[in-house]
Amino acid sequence: MSYLELQNLTRYFEKKTGWLKNETQIVKAVDGVSLEIQKGEILGLVGESGCGKSTLSRLIMQLLKPTSGSVVLEGERLADLPKHEIRRRRRDFQMIFQDPYASLNPRMTIFSTLAEAILTRHENLANDRDGLERAVSILMERVGLDTRYVRKYPHEFSGGQRQRIAIARALGPEPKLILADEPVSALDVSIQSQILNLLRDLRDDLGLTMIFISHDLSVVRYIADRIAVMEAGKIVEVAESNALFDSPQSEITKVLLQAIPQIR
Amino acid sequence: MPVLEVKDLKTSFYTRDGVVKAVDGISFSVEAGQTVGIVGESGSGKSVACYSLLQLIPQPPGRIEGGTALFDGLDLLSLSETEMRKIRGEKIGLIFQDPMTSLNPYLRISTQLIEPLQIHRGLGKTEALEKAIAELDAVGIPDPHKRIHSYPHEFSGGMRQRVMIAMALITRPEILIADEPTTALDVTIQRQVLDLIKTRQEELGTAVIFITHDLAVVSEVCDYVNVMYAGRFVERADVKTLFSEPKHAYTRALQRSIPAMQTKGERLYTIPGLPPNLSAGVSGCAFAPRCELPTDAPEHAQKSPPLIEVSPSHWVQDCPGCLSFSL
Repeated sequence: MSYLELQNLTRYFEKKTGWLKNETQIVKAVDGVSLEIQKGEILGLVGESGCGKSTLSRLIMQLLKPTSGSVVLEGERLADLPKHEIRRRRRDFQMIFQDPYASLNPRMTIFSTLAEAILTRHENLANDRDGLERAVSILMERVGLDTRYVRKYPHEFSGGQRQRIAIARALGPEPKLILADEPVSALDVSIQSQILNLLRDLRDDLGLTMIFISHDLSVVRYIADRIAVMEAGKIVEVAESNALFDSPQSEITKVLLQAIPQIR
Repeated sequence: MPVLEVKDLKTSFYTRDGVVKAVDGISFSVEAGQTVGIVGESGSGKSVACYSLLQLIPQPPGRIEGGTALFDGLDLLSLSETEMRKIRGEKIGLIFQDPMTSLNPYLRISTQLIEPLQIHRGLGKTEALEKAIAELDAVGIPDPHKRIHSYPHEFSGGMRQRVMIAMALITRPEILIADEPTTALDVTIQRQVLDLIKTRQEELGTAVIFITHDLAVVSEVCDYVNVMYAGRFVERADVKTLFSEPKHAYTRALQRSIPAMQTKGERLYTIPGLPPNLSAGVSGCAFAPRCELPTDAPEHAQKSPPLIEVSPSHWVQDCPGCLSFSL
């Protein structure tokens, strides 16, 4: 049985158009997506902007309700669970966003950001200051941050370090599934490699399952075991990442491959 | 004869933590129709260098400490604000990384596009509008007659960047400065925008200064490349030489760290450490702390190493350590 299964997942949005906004146009953002992800796997999800990648990720995270279809995590249909149960389950799946400048609270120190994340899983640490401090230090070391910086604020860090903080925060609740939405797109090429190495190490050490969303195939090829290519709300191709590069089947995959800047 | 000749440009910022020498004596020149790249990591000073040329550095805390930038017989660095205004946006165009923050969200594209024509060329509204529509057409915006009356939010990121390019080129500038113009875009859109800059450049003969952190992009668009590190150029060469015979350790490290260049399964190569803190002042070779030298290699330069010409128009910082080991 696969760890995460998407069964014919669909999400439509209605858009009012026409004079007096009385006509309804339906936008099929995610249109019948079925995917299986094994435990410990890194699945790359690629596509151009507007293809529905982010809507799909929101559906998986239960931040949006699907129009039809379901998300099955370890044999359980998430949509059937009551609200408070989903809230509790959300600790098991965490997100890392593209822009580490926007996704960290500028008024919270690294300590309070990470402590908050840890407390969602270990509520008993709330009255145990030493234990909490230890847990924060372990987390910071885990992602390669100097523990001396624990009292600093996000603006005092560089982009790459901020992304490390965002990753540490995602790891705080000890999730099983990480959904990384363009985690390196906003970073310098030289920093991208550091973050990609870190994500791979985390997968290997913690046995995380990961969905890695990106528009850049060259980055995805390195990190993902399998790659799913998305176009206009549908998955058009799923393949082992090397196989996808060697023999792309769909037109959009070829376009994406050709778009990668090459050193000449 | 170069369109622009920059000599020994120095820009510093006076902050509470000390003087940050963001740009510390760089020289380069651009010929008509040529694309010159400035590559470096964030914080290397590449944007500051170009903003200094247009006097767009906030002064204070910034201060242009020295150097000259000859353009049309004028020294850009010593022009008054009134004189500068005649050059900025007319003779030197500028495209930024984020097209959403560089377009005014309250104004229609038409208002923003015809403004440079009205100000610099004194054209009337109808005439300017006609030119603007033609310009939008040239950058590949479909249905320009209608689209010109849209607001920036009605365009996608790639389309906005096309509008920016149209706006920057509408006065037919001699130089176009492109500051990370594709960093915020999807790879497929990036490809389109790069191609567009290239074709417009060929059609108009504009010189382009291309700022980026992405070496792969550089290799595709630039004729000549300056590699910048800690406020100085560490290596300068034409694009072919730079990629076939990189001399400086930093250039080689940058090339090795591109994810697309590495085989799957292996750990990605990363440059150890961080760029130096410029407010502390850098003595000697700035890359020395991050350079992975074998133990028997020569020492890094103790004093700031000068650029030497190793072969015609291939310059590199003369630091024995950085030049010693090869891949």
